[in-house]
Amino acid sequence: MVTAPDNDISDIKVDSVGDFTFPERNKYDSGFGITEKTVDFIADVKNDPDWIREFRHKALKIFQSKPMPTHWATKDLENIKFDEFRYYLSDGQKPKRSWDDVPEDVKRTFDRLGIPEQERKFLAGVEAQYDSEAAYSNIKAAVEEQGVIFVNSTEGLHKHPEIFKKWFGKVIPTGDNKFSALNSAVFSGGSFIYVPPGVKVKHPLQAYFRINSEQFGQFERTLIIADEGAELMYMEGCTAPKFETATLHSAVVELVAMKGAKIQYVTVQNWSSNVFNLVTKRGIAHEDAEVRWIDCNIGSRLTMKYPGVIMKGKRARGEVISIALANSGQHQDTGAKMVHAADDTTSNVISKSISIGEGRSTYRGLVHIPKHLKGCKNNTECDALLINSNSRTDTYPAISVRGNQHSTQHEASVSQVSADQIFYLMQRGLSEAEAMSLSVNGFINDLVKEFPMEYSVELKRLIDLEMEGSVG
Amino acid sequence: MSATLAPTPKNSPVPVSEAPDSPAPSGLEIIAPVRDETSAPGWFLARAEAAWAEFQKLPVPSVKDESWRYSNAKNIELGLHSPAISATEAQKQQALAASEGLKERTARFVFVNDELIESQTDALPAGVVCVSFAEALKSHGDVLKEHFMKREMTLGSAKFAALHLAHVKAGTVILVPKNVAIEKPIEVFHWVVGDHAAIFPHTLIVTGDNAEVSVVDHYRSLDGEGGLSIAIADLVSGTGSRITYAACQELADDAQALHLSSIVAGRDSNVKSFQVQLGAEFSRSETVSDLVGQGARSDMLSVSLPIGEQVVDQRTLQNHMAPHATSDLLYKNALYGKSRSIFSGLITVDETAHYTDAYQTCRNLLNSDEAEATSLPGLEINADQVKCSHGATSGPISDEELFYLKARGISDNESRKLIIEGFLADVLKRFGNSEVLDTLVARIDEKLERAV
Repeated sequence: MVTAPDNDISDIKVDSVGDFTFPERNKYDSGFGITEKTVDFIADVKNDPDWIREFRHKALKIFQSKPMPTHWATKDLENIKFDEFRYYLSDGQKPKRSWDDVPEDVKRTFDRLGIPEQERKFLAGVEAQYDSEAAYSNIKAAVEEQGVIFVNSTEGLHKHPEIFKKWFGKVIPTGDNKFSALNSAVFSGGSFIYVPPGVKVKHPLQAYFRINSEQFGQFERTLIIADEGAELMYMEGCTAPKFETATLHSAVVELVAMKGAKIQYVTVQNWSSNVFNLVTKRGIAHEDAEVRWIDCNIGSRLTMKYPGVIMKGKRARGEVISIALANSGQHQDTGAKMVHAADDTTSNVISKSISIGEGRSTYRGLVHIPKHLKGCKNNTECDALLINSNSRTDTYPAISVRGNQHSTQHEASVSQVSADQIFYLMQRGLSEAEAMSLSVNGFINDLVKEFPMEYSVELKRLIDLEMEGSVG
Repeated sequence: MSATLAPTPKNSPVPVSEAPDSPAPSGLEIIAPVRDETSAPGWFLARAEAAWAEFQKLPVPSVKDESWRYSNAKNIELGLHSPAISATEAQKQQALAASEGLKERTARFVFVNDELIESQTDALPAGVVCVSFAEALKSHGDVLKEHFMKREMTLGSAKFAALHLAHVKAGTVILVPKNVAIEKPIEVFHWVVGDHAAIFPHTLIVTGDNAEVSVVDHYRSLDGEGGLSIAIADLVSGTGSRITYAACQELADDAQALHLSSIVAGRDSNVKSFQVQLGAEFSRSETVSDLVGQGARSDMLSVSLPIGEQVVDQRTLQNHMAPHATSDLLYKNALYGKSRSIFSGLITVDETAHYTDAYQTCRNLLNSDEAEATSLPGLEINADQVKCSHGATSGPISDEELFYLKARGISDNESRKLIIEGFLADVLKRFGNSEVLDTLVARIDEKLERAV
């Protein structure tokens, strides 16, 4: 049931603005490759306002003209065949997938994580979405009472254009990089959140279920605005492997923390190992505001993700806490960007990575303190753990400081789990694998504590799982 | 001093206009080298000729090149420079008189505009070869052929290295046979004089098993006119041997300096290399340390004190190719005025280089509101049995420290000077050799007087 973008689209039925009934019809597929027709197809299906359609077309041109990052990035990027992807797919093939189609290792992971049968089916993409829709609606009702807007990005741009337009594409300009341009051309899904002044949202806002129910999470676009003094915590992804037919995931996430606001953005991603995960995430922190990224990357073939904070107002604070785990066939190229653009701003980066088997983890960082500022501080710590003799790790930070009223410090270390420690644990009856798991969990323990409880529990289980068979 | 170009020789092997299929080098005026074909061996002439073609072919690196990030190869103004021509007798005498450094030394060489003015080698132990580069081409061509510029220039200056190879005629070659220890250092002065004169000094040190030597190269300008020094040092240490090497760059404020060093550390050897960057408006050092033998140790040290609008660009590679080797890098920069420093260092550990201990530290002390320090420390680790770490800091002199000294009646300037001396002292102390240390400290103090 493939509807090519050049087909007549007059017979496509959209039930309401940007919203599709589920699941019996509306099988929209833009076909393979990306052209102006693809962009028009998406704009038509989603009933985009003209400015968004123009925005997409402009972005497509930038995407087509921009070269791949070549001089520093991994050569694996060259293996991305843009013509072999479908850029828009809704309700098409994924809901049809049955539990039987799920790869064995993903099933095993679900088992080990102790995820309930019903949820497993959902995770596999079978029709269990109504349950999760309901769950989502409950959360929505609770936050709506406080005046919080929490909708998908399509709904956001249609229903709240006055806020949406003001900030959309402002934190991450279309031409920021090739993949932000790609996302701008074909974006679909993602969240739009606005928290009114002074509102402190108690519940963490979770986006995993909703994105999946819409079944187009490949190019999601998220925009979160916390108005003056507002606070929120947002969580995306899940701690179970996503079974993605897609092999390219390219999200753009923009955060705006107004004066005195606080945003915490938690991501736990565990893609299957055929996914190129190329994501642009950046936040702006105004005066006395705080943007905090908590980021965990497990899985994917190649992840390139460097959450950043632009500290635009005085005393703003930026933080990135990240854990990356790279197993064989995986490259976790992650890091953080901290741009100090006002006096007395502080930033903190703590990054831990574990490389298992032939896995490769990379930390890439940027700390920028330009002229005419005073009292800026940055602290960066990166620790890498190598489990096997073929594991690989790299660290490439760039720290630029101007003026004599700032201080920065960067420290990185690479080590392996000490043989003494493993011996000690095995003496007490643990198997070698258990001893290794315990050591690795110890290595990241102080960061895992930063994650919400249920996430940290599953994170630990996931790490155990990845460690299995990696020693000996 | 006149600024005329060196006359184009009749026998110039590859004149610019006839360079094989090479487009005109972008805006470069450096002329084809002059070579004495009667005294240099054929292999050398062939390599020099190939290098000249290579130089013309290679593009000037741009800021888009990863190895020139935050810097600019155009700072090395090749377009303005010509290979230095012979200095006047008076200038030579002036340089000779000013060649003051170590009180006690085993040998001394003085070059002015790549011309040997003086060599004192009487005190050398028997068996040691310590000769000028030109002499070595004649007398020790075989050793030279084996070690001369054998390492690929991976840190960004391949073009400039090719230029060096095409033009090199001065410098020293020091070969220390096994079990010979030279107690006092060998000191070499390279003077440049004349408007936009370029020199290409070379240093080659090769030690046999358990041999020991220390060498200090000074790069200086005779007067305040802009010059260019593209210098290369090759250090090759034999099993269990010890090399200490210092390059002390004090060219004039409007000069430019490029100093490329390669270290090949053999089994259980110990190589200390030291970069002191005090002069030049733009100075770039590239130091590659290949740890090829088990148990080798390489200490890479650097001190810089940029003032005004000086730019100091430092690139390093600690390349662990053998197990049980140690490398330890400590670079310190104290910045004033609108000066800038760039440190980009990388530790690489090969898959087989287990039990590597590698450290890398860059510390920047920013003493003015407009000084800028950029640090790009890097690690690429492919083996798991390792201990590797790096650290980079930047910050001002702490108010408490300053207050403490001032409370004891020491002036603000004097306090700052003391603190900076202390900041740089722990790098200097690691050099070990007190003779050399005293000389370096004196030179740094001199610069500090100007800075504070």
